[in-house]
Amino acid sequence: MEPLRPFDYDDGSAPTGTAERTDRASGDGPTQPRLGVVGWGRFLWRQLTSMRTALVLLLLLAVAAIPGSLVPQRSSNPNGVVRFRRDDPELFEILDALQLFDTFTSVWFSAIYLLLFVSLIGCIIPRTAHHWKALRSRPPKTPARLNRLVGYREADAPGSVEDALAAGEAVLRRQRFRVERYGNSLSAERGYLRETGNLVFHVALIGVLGTVGLAGGFGYNGQKVIVEGQTFVNQLTTYDSFSASRFFSDARLDPFSMRLDEFDAVFEAALDETRGTLIAQPLDYTASVTITEADGESVQRDIKVNAPIDIAGVRAYLLGNGFAPVITVRNADGDVVFDESVAFLPQDSNLTSLGIIKVPDGLPDQVGMIGFFYPSAIQLDSGALASIWPQPDNPVVTLNLFVGDLGLDDGVPRSAYALDVDDLEQLTGGETGNDSIILGLGQSAELPNGWGTVEFTALPRFVSIDFHHDPTQAGVLISSVLAIAGLIVSLFVPRRRMWIAAEEGADGQGVRLRYAGLARGDDPNLDDAVERLATEHLEGLGGALGPADEPALAPASSQ
Amino acid sequence: MENLASLSLVAVYSAMGVYTLAFIAFTLDLAKRSAEAPVPAAASVAAGAPQTSTVAAGSGGTAVLDREDALLPEARDGSRGGATVYQRVAFAFAIIGWVLHLAATLTRGLAADRVPWANMFEFGLTATLVGMGTFLGVQLWKDVRYLGAYITGFTVLSLGIVTVNFYVDVVPTPPALQSAWLVIHVLVAVLATAFFAIGAGLSTMQLLRHQREVRKTAGLKFLDTVPGASTLESLAYRINVVGFVFWTFTLVAGAIWAERAWGRYWGWDTKEVWTFIIWVLFAGYVHARATRGWRGNRSAWLAIIGFSSVIFNYTIVNLYFEGLHSYSGL
Ligand code: HEM
Repeated sequence: MEPLRPFDYDDGSAPTGTAERTDRASGDGPTQPRLGVVGWGRFLWRQLTSMRTALVLLLLLAVAAIPGSLVPQRSSNPNGVVRFRRDDPELFEILDALQLFDTFTSVWFSAIYLLLFVSLIGCIIPRTAHHWKALRSRPPKTPARLNRLVGYREADAPGSVEDALAAGEAVLRRQRFRVERYGNSLSAERGYLRETGNLVFHVALIGVLGTVGLAGGFGYNGQKVIVEGQTFVNQLTTYDSFSASRFFSDARLDPFSMRLDEFDAVFEAALDETRGTLIAQPLDYTASVTITEADGESVQRDIKVNAPIDIAGVRAYLLGNGFAPVITVRNADGDVVFDESVAFLPQDSNLTSLGIIKVPDGLPDQVGMIGFFYPSAIQLDSGALASIWPQPDNPVVTLNLFVGDLGLDDGVPRSAYALDVDDLEQLTGGETGNDSIILGLGQSAELPNGWGTVEFTALPRFVSIDFHHDPTQAGVLISSVLAIAGLIVSLFVPRRRMWIAAEEGADGQGVRLRYAGLARGDDPNLDDAVERLATEHLEGLGGALGPADEPALAPASSQ
Repeated sequence: MENLASLSLVAVYSAMGVYTLAFIAFTLDLAKRSAEAPVPAAASVAAGAPQTSTVAAGSGGTAVLDREDALLPEARDGSRGGATVYQRVAFAFAIIGWVLHLAATLTRGLAADRVPWANMFEFGLTATLVGMGTFLGVQLWKDVRYLGAYITGFTVLSLGIVTVNFYVDVVPTPPALQSAWLVIHVLVAVLATAFFAIGAGLSTMQLLRHQREVRKTAGLKFLDTVPGASTLESLAYRINVVGFVFWTFTLVAGAIWAERAWGRYWGWDTKEVWTFIIWVLFAGYVHARATRGWRGNRSAWLAIIGFSSVIFNYTIVNLYFEGLHSYSGL
């Protein structure tokens, strides 16, 4: 049975002539001018599930993905989108209307892949049914004119027709062919696995999309900055940021807590030959944490880059780290009005870091500070500070003070990592004429106007941990593995038919044998395979392929 | 360590020198074949039978009609016209160049004390090594020495560019790259790239040869000494599907690694987008080979576009597009 394929399927094995091929290729299926509703429906469905449609949709999909790499995407690069909007608001409006900042969830991209998958399903279902039948049917009848097929060979051998056929059947079965006898000939087929592999591959693709579509609705992820010594409790409100899919509810968060006991970073110095400076190469980051689960048991675990840990249905990844200097502010009376470790975000490979401190209460006015942190500070010739090494060999914090309304009370959410200085008055640094406050670890300095003091009290590190719950992973992984397996099988298992025909020798002596093969799809080794079959068969019978039986080089008569 | 790295660099330059000699000899070989316009009878059969060869193109070397290929004596096997002295010399140079290239790559790996494919320079070094190695190895199976000028030219050019523009000193691997998946993912990408490179060469040759068969164009007479377009197409297909399997694996391994390193297996980062585009293009290529009206030239163009995208992905996307891959992790 032929594998059922779309009408415009062509693996090159069909012995159709050029003329026929071109005229069939030029007409898209039926050319009857009148089609009823059913006729039209059938016609459209046939088109949708044709090879050409699948191909065009695939190429469209490739083209449609390109903007996703040219324009920053909200999903993968939200900051890039913000920047784009700021730099070119007009273009932004146009591109945004075209959904180019959300390429992969856009209407047009979705339309292409959904059509592709409809086409795919429409293609697979009939083929699966057909293949199911083919798997249980017998090889087809031996064609009358074997000499028109690939690898045609003739040979003479001693013995009877019956013996030759029995031996031939044994050889074919040993080569794992399915064999059927028709009169004095054997018809054999193998390689059903090729079509099976192809179907498994295509179904696995549906598996990937289906898993993402269904299980994806239950995923969530959140980010949290944890400072050494602090404990994170897995609740919606404690995350710094959190995003969840459609079917998420708070109840899905399993209770556990994570305490960051210690964070350890290892660096190696390397010489940057072009600039003649030492650069720090990170070698290893380890966050040692203590996890306490609902049952109250605590375990100590290490999280590393590339080595996340699993806790109660979520996976925790170490994605960032830095220093979180503890800044203590006292008012003129000496009362503590601010005492927190503030995560400073790294700006370069020597961990020069930027941090924002907001002191809303306790001082005569609200105070904001923009701070720089240098783990190993040196003073450049220009007078500016710089960090020359990412470890805290000479930790220094510099602070620029601003006073005014920090806007914390007007209900608009503000990032903890940004200070909008437009409406604030700067007190130190910059153009103010007052030097920035510079503090070594344990040092303190006077605030301007006699408002009090600020102290750099301690220097813990922080890590930023991503917590993910992604229920699609297993399904997608299994589908991918199946897809690869199916792909390999379908590309490299040859699907072949072989025939052995036997008749009594010309002078009533021995048998005259004829061999030939036919491939479905690319099978460049078919000719050799026929030769192997013939040789093996004839060896057993005591015959041989004579020189005269070399494959005929296309005698004109055979066409 | 320093010594090994500079030794490696010396070997790279030597390999480039020897490859250049191989390239010149391969080109002279092609020129000589053009001058000698071999087996005119065969050429006229080839040119006079565009119909048959189109059909044979469909047969992919499998079916009845394949035998018509045999009517074109040169069409079965590129060496039929006989390997010229130039070609033998060129091939010998290519082997010597490759041994130097191998030495360069090994010493680089030893100097870095890890696999030599952790940055763009090393990726280029290893990918061209595997590409040349595949080209040399394929000879054991099929004679495709007529691709020699293309492959050696491409290799010299690539080596030159990566050494001059992308060279970096040996540095330890940052934590984000410390993963067995780096080894697997990049190695398989290297293999895929190598196969696609040879496939694209064959597809280009197929297009040229097809044009000559149909239009009897003057010039490029050496094309008469390479296999027929149908044989080239079938060779290209078999090479490209191996590349495609490797690329599929690259994509999946990359996703697994991304899950470990970044917490999600797929995020449409620019590099992921291009890996996907390339995969889809080659899936299109495989389909084209099974679609009436798309076998032959169109599928050849797809293979060439696919390989061009691989190169684009490695150069332009790596260097100019913003994305997670542009810095590594933390
Ligand atoms: C989601 C989109 C699709 C992708 C990514 C895809 C990919 C592939 C790949 C990689 C192959 C080669 C491996 C193999 O033979 O199993 C292939 C083969 C094939 N595909 Fe698809 N496919 C898609 C959709 C379709 C559709 C919609 C159809 C039906 C029209 C189809 C029909 C076929 C057929 C008939 C083959 C066998 C080609 C041959 O014999 O060489 N595919 N596909």
